[in-house]
Amino acid sequence: MRGLPPALITAIVLVAGFAACAVQFPNIASTRVVGNLLTDNAFLGIVAAGMTFVIISGGIDLSVGSVIGFTTVFVALAIERWGMPPLVAFVAVLALSAAFGAAMGAVIHVFDLPPFIVTLAGMFLARGASFLLSTESIPITAPIYSTVSDFALRLPGGGRLTAIAIIMLVIVIGGALLLHLTRFGANVYALGGSRATASLMGVAVGTMTVKIYMLSSLLAGIAGIVFSFYTSAGYSLSAVGVELDTIAAVVIGGTLLTGGQGSVVGTFLGVLIQGLIQTYINFDGTLSSWWTKIVTGVLLFVFIALQQGLVALARRPVAKSAGAAT
Amino acid sequence: MQNGPDPALPLLEVRGISKSFGAVRALREVDFTLRAGEIHALLGENGAGKSTLIKVVTGVFPRDAGIVRIGGEEIAPRSAKAAVAAGIATVYQEVNLLPNLSVAQNLFLDRQPMRFGVVREGEMRHRAKALLADFGLDIDVAAPLGNYSVAIQHVTAIARAVDLSARVLILDEPTASLDRHEVEILFGIMRQLAKRSIGIVFVSHFLDQVYEISDRITVLRNGRLVGERETASLPRLELIRMMLGRELAETTNERAAAREHKTREICASFENYGKAGYVAPFNLELRRGEVVGLAGLLGSGRTETARLVFGAERADGGKARVEGAPVRLQSPRDGVRHGFGYCPEERKTEGIVAELTVRENIALALQAKRGLHRPLSRREQDEIARRYVKMLDIRPPDAERPVGLLSGGNQQKVLLARWLATSPRLLVLDEPTRGIDVGAHAEIIRLIRELCDDGLSLLVISSELDEIVTYSDRVVVLRDRAHVEELAGEAVDVGNILAAIAADSVAVALEAHT
Repeated sequence: MRGLPPALITAIVLVAGFAACAVQFPNIASTRVVGNLLTDNAFLGIVAAGMTFVIISGGIDLSVGSVIGFTTVFVALAIERWGMPPLVAFVAVLALSAAFGAAMGAVIHVFDLPPFIVTLAGMFLARGASFLLSTESIPITAPIYSTVSDFALRLPGGGRLTAIAIIMLVIVIGGALLLHLTRFGANVYALGGSRATASLMGVAVGTMTVKIYMLSSLLAGIAGIVFSFYTSAGYSLSAVGVELDTIAAVVIGGTLLTGGQGSVVGTFLGVLIQGLIQTYINFDGTLSSWWTKIVTGVLLFVFIALQQGLVALARRPVAKSAGAAT
Repeated sequence: MQNGPDPALPLLEVRGISKSFGAVRALREVDFTLRAGEIHALLGENGAGKSTLIKVVTGVFPRDAGIVRIGGEEIAPRSAKAAVAAGIATVYQEVNLLPNLSVAQNLFLDRQPMRFGVVREGEMRHRAKALLADFGLDIDVAAPLGNYSVAIQHVTAIARAVDLSARVLILDEPTASLDRHEVEILFGIMRQLAKRSIGIVFVSHFLDQVYEISDRITVLRNGRLVGERETASLPRLELIRMMLGRELAETTNERAAAREHKTREICASFENYGKAGYVAPFNLELRRGEVVGLAGLLGSGRTETARLVFGAERADGGKARVEGAPVRLQSPRDGVRHGFGYCPEERKTEGIVAELTVRENIALALQAKRGLHRPLSRREQDEIARRYVKMLDIRPPDAERPVGLLSGGNQQKVLLARWLATSPRLLVLDEPTRGIDVGAHAEIIRLIRELCDDGLSLLVISSELDEIVTYSDRVVVLRDRAHVEELAGEAVDVGNILAAIAADSVAVALEAHT
């Protein structure tokens, strides 16, 4: 329904792209490659799910990459230097990032500031804080890290569905349910339609704004933990620019940048498309990895043009005659 | 629906409401009474205070004085939400719903039926369908609201408002974007709601519709209550007089002695000029040193005519001539190039740039005319600003003051100065005295006269018939987006204008009866 038609197009692009890659490199069509694709993009999928909520509500969150970077450094320091049990460190960092997002949401609402500016400030703040904590890469050697890295569900065909890929899938499914089935989800769409109207219709716009940015930062925190599992290290320069990859994935997934329409499932497909391009480049071996950026850029253009077309179509109301009145 | 309102008590009672915005008094001790189960039309020209009254009653604006009672109980809503809680719901011309959500979500936003923290989508759609069925609508409630016509969106908005247990329903220009058939449906719904003892306030500038649907009429003019009448016993001419005519206490109409420059050469002329769906083709001649007034009700095509003449809107047929030579007016730039100037009605949004100083505002149009590669020097700007501040008596006489800080009348003078600085041959003024206090009002009128004595041509739109009669050499009367009559010389008086505006409506009304 709402948001699905563009997401359907994303799905078609993904399937067609996958088929085209599989024709050239038959090995791509294996559970091994697909499993790796999910693992490699787990953190991106998680943070993009949160970004979907923000963008549908008519906002943007530029701070997510920095929050991921901060999380990895904080977790690494907490476990390796401060001697915190890993689970305590996780809870602490998630509480911190959620509070950080809530603060940004509150600032956006109370001072009526553009989310772009507020989260840009948040981006510098979080990145700066992670440099303050440490500028070096800190390897994490806690046992839980090797346990989690080793854990995987065996897929038929030799593929592995890793723990972090499972976390990502759970979050994507949970996010989709939250968005489509709950009052919170309906209010996110309402905010994206028009803040003023939503407020007139009784939506608590301020609370919603705080909650949405809190959710985005919380998921960025989880993505940061997942990223630290992926690299087994904490580094203040990790995930630089990820906010832009995330926004690209959300837009390619069919979410309207102006808000009001979109879906988490579409975003997930958008993440997979970016992963697929990267995989193709790895298979080819001769292409520079910058081609990922170029293809992503082209796809972005195509999808934005497509959305404008769809929006223009939607603006023409389908004249349906009203039923007979009294 | 409710426990039957006491018939002795009016449902909604507004007493002595006043509201000012800065120096502008938008409402002065206005009374308004709505009975349960009646459809009450609230009428008045632009700036009469209708919207302000509605916004004060619904808590969007705080009021300066007066009381609002609903069912005998005094209320003081501070937000639209509080007004809804008190039983007053408003549906605006711009439907205040969310086109990207489904019809059902729109109806039940923030009060969806829930189970285990999950919206019961099926139940919600079922209820939405049942609710809309009451209003004679059978549509797919799962589709986005934006897919449906404005009429259906309106009905959805009304359904939501009524379902929120509204006792008073305010409909602000609900029919402006509906076609005839859709209006019928809306009226059917309104009558049905009135039967359920809901009081309906109907704001509209379509007089035919007002006569068709309303029980009583309240007319506002210049922020004051003109009167409250039974619709059935109020002749149309009388109604128009109430809306446009002068207040009895006002001074006698001192029309300038018929001026003798009727033979002056033609400044600009328009032949069969028009645009489909905008203004019917018209002929218009503007002579040097002459003031032509455009009179008519709101929405009759006055502003549209002005915009065509200036080039702000493209005509799709007809010829335009400036001093005999054919010209093309495709954009405001063309208008400016041919020596036209336009002071729009929406001073704040289309006219002044509030943050810029008086000097910068005055220099704007002249700079635009000269082009960006020939900037006006600061000395030239100062000189121009000083000249016009003095000539038009702009107060305070400080050219470096941001225009936003000036009063309405002085803002209007700055706008005038902006165009005068370009030495135009024709100035189009849309409601030049709107929202201006009485003193400044007289001054603007004096200026208009002086300007045309200097050979400038003026095309002036005004809802104030006395005013238009005072300064116009000729008056063009518009009705239903067409020029219907041109009055000149002795024929220019309030009575003739009123008759011309009302003529067709009366004819239509007569036709409808036969």
